[in-house]
Amino acid sequence: MKMTGSQIFLKCLEREGVKHIFGFPGGVVLDIYDELTRTPFIKHILVRHEQGAAHAADGYARASGKVGVCLVTSGPGATNTVSGIASAYMDSIPIVVFTGQVPTPLIGNDAFQEVDIVGITRPCTKHNYLVKDVKDLARIIHEAFHIARTGRPGPVLVDLPKDVIQGVTTPKFPEQIRIKSYNPNYHANPKQIKKALELILKAQRPVIYAGGGVILSKASEELTKFAEALQIPVTTTLMGLGGFPAPHSLWLGMLGMHGTYYANMSVHHCDVLIAVGSRFDDRVTGKIEEFAPHAKIIHIDIDPTSISKNVVVDIPIVGDCQDALSQLNALAAEHLPRELSQAHRAWLAQIDQWKREHPLTYDRNSGELKPQFVVEKLYELTQGNAIISTEVGQNQMWAAQFYPIRNPNRWLSSGGLGCMGYGFPAALGAQVACPDDIVIDIAGDGSIQMNIQEMATAVEYDLPVKVAILNNGFLGMVRQWQQLFYERRYSFTPMVSPDFVKLAEAYGALGLRAEKPSEVEAVIREALNTRKPVLMDFRVASEECVLPMVPAGAPMHKMLLT
Amino acid sequence: MRHVISVSVDNEPGVLSRVTGLFSGRGFNIESLCVAPTIDPDVSHITLVTAGNEMIIEQIIKQLRKLINVIKVVDLTATEHVEREMALVKVKAEDRQRAEVLRIADIFRCRVVDVSPATYTLEITGTTEKLNAVLGLLKSIGIQEVVRSGSLAIQRSRKD
Ligand SMILES: Cc1ncc(C[n+]2csc(CCOP(=O)(O)OP(=O)(O)O)c2C)c(N)n1
Repeated sequence: MKMTGSQIFLKCLEREGVKHIFGFPGGVVLDIYDELTRTPFIKHILVRHEQGAAHAADGYARASGKVGVCLVTSGPGATNTVSGIASAYMDSIPIVVFTGQVPTPLIGNDAFQEVDIVGITRPCTKHNYLVKDVKDLARIIHEAFHIARTGRPGPVLVDLPKDVIQGVTTPKFPEQIRIKSYNPNYHANPKQIKKALELILKAQRPVIYAGGGVILSKASEELTKFAEALQIPVTTTLMGLGGFPAPHSLWLGMLGMHGTYYANMSVHHCDVLIAVGSRFDDRVTGKIEEFAPHAKIIHIDIDPTSISKNVVVDIPIVGDCQDALSQLNALAAEHLPRELSQAHRAWLAQIDQWKREHPLTYDRNSGELKPQFVVEKLYELTQGNAIISTEVGQNQMWAAQFYPIRNPNRWLSSGGLGCMGYGFPAALGAQVACPDDIVIDIAGDGSIQMNIQEMATAVEYDLPVKVAILNNGFLGMVRQWQQLFYERRYSFTPMVSPDFVKLAEAYGALGLRAEKPSEVEAVIREALNTRKPVLMDFRVASEECVLPMVPAGAPMHKMLLT
Repeated sequence: MRHVISVSVDNEPGVLSRVTGLFSGRGFNIESLCVAPTIDPDVSHITLVTAGNEMIIEQIIKQLRKLINVIKVVDLTATEHVEREMALVKVKAEDRQRAEVLRIADIFRCRVVDVSPATYTLEITGTTEKLNAVLGLLKSIGIQEVVRSGSLAIQRSRKD
């Protein structure tokens, strides 16, 4: 049967099980938008800026575990998605971005709204395509989804010239995708697993350092089982939050620049470090030469390039985290139950002491409204059950520190790129994926303004996302560095903001404000009881710092605690 | 250390830029790069010369393998291989120097591919070291222009 490019496009999405796309129309994608009116199985959500579409697709993917999809026009539509694509790339999030393109005969002629988006996004996509012939369209779309979701996931961009969209052919929909040069290895080498377990069983001071790979490979149950069986404390990266059921007696919290004292001390002093789906990012390792200096390192990752990139490891294991951990669990079972060695017990006791000495804390008696208090209240009043997205900066770190995440896919944060403006559209994507959940964007007054326009999207589509702005009147995290390392010269970090309550009302959302600790609970309760998008403006202490802090370039155990 | 890496890729537009983009984006260096289609018109072959310590070379190879359009990557440095490079060089050659240039050409089995009253253009093929040696000798006579192909390399067949 003959079909147009638009029909093939939508048919492919249907075959991929796509239910939602985030998009924004324009000239070259008019045909697809026209066809959408006759496509009942797909719900299109009209964002207000294409960056929002990419982040929303990302949030959708993180919350649902499925591939997020967005659709934008050529030129500015395409370039507007780039930050969203780069963020998804850094965090290995599976999204497919469809961009319109000028007709193939015009490509290269500087046509109206032409941009080489394939060239622009080459370094920040897992792969990308320019479709030159409608006959290739079905194959390429299915390849794009396949590449996005398999192996180490990531964003894939497909550029669709107008004449391809309008072209007509009898499509062949592939039953199976085979790409000769792409075969990610899921199965971890059993010999390496055996070596790793031998090392772990002999360890006196073991620690697990888990990352986003645990979430992406749905390995958190295996991880928890392994840690509990062998009594190994677990720390995760920002990306790994939710991969281990916090709070938990073996839970160390997050490690790294704003990690807990006890997580960083544990990693610094451990003798075996088991890295699972993490990549030794500089925000995690601090001064790399002094990272885990006493440890033999085991590294499980599906991406061979992650292994021995920053740190030379002793036992590399290339494979899916879930596969590797379930092999480890099966093998470990032969040694169970097992009496912990004296040294291992002393290690756990030492960690408990570190926890008691330097818990995550802040001044609870100042009388001021502290941002950490707001996050704690959010945790308490949602019983830890919300999906949390964050913006970037102090708000993000306080969210990570004071809202322990129990389950995977409940924590959405732009980790690798640290992209301000991520949290709100990502929260909308998550709310689309999980309509019955409470979704909260923990925000700063700076970041929220980067994609505040999506409030109109939230209102239009009845997405009752709650935004908690920790409003400190500053670009807080940058100000913190100025405060600590630039003698308080606050160069362009004080920031004037609109009246967020009125702004919310102008959009047709609910706006609420708290200026004193005593007002916080009522505001949050009202927000949670409202079936509408809500902006909560918390006027928090303006010069609070995120602590502990490992100054850039310092080793991890040299933290500022006060 | 210098490494010669052989890369088979899909013969499609944009693939070379994925490869070179990887090098520039990650700060790896490229000493030379030779690209042409193979007998299979869907496949192109790249011979790439790079340098770095073991960890960097390992990253380069793994990163190349990660590109979807890369079919095969072999580090030839670790295996028995033949390496050749070609140069075309235009040498000033007047009066008694004409004989001198021809003598050098003869000793190193270069071919004269163009002649003018004041110059000879030679084609030199060989290892990079040989090219460097010949160019060194010709330099003292006077090189007007030189273009080099960059290295090509192929694995030696097993002899048993
Ligand atoms: C798009 C973008 N621009 C700039 C930065 C640099 N940056 C990192 S944190 C930060 C301050 C964020 O301020 P705000 O959103 O008010 O959050 P706070 O740190 O005060 O919680 C800035 C400017 C960034 N991460 N992203």
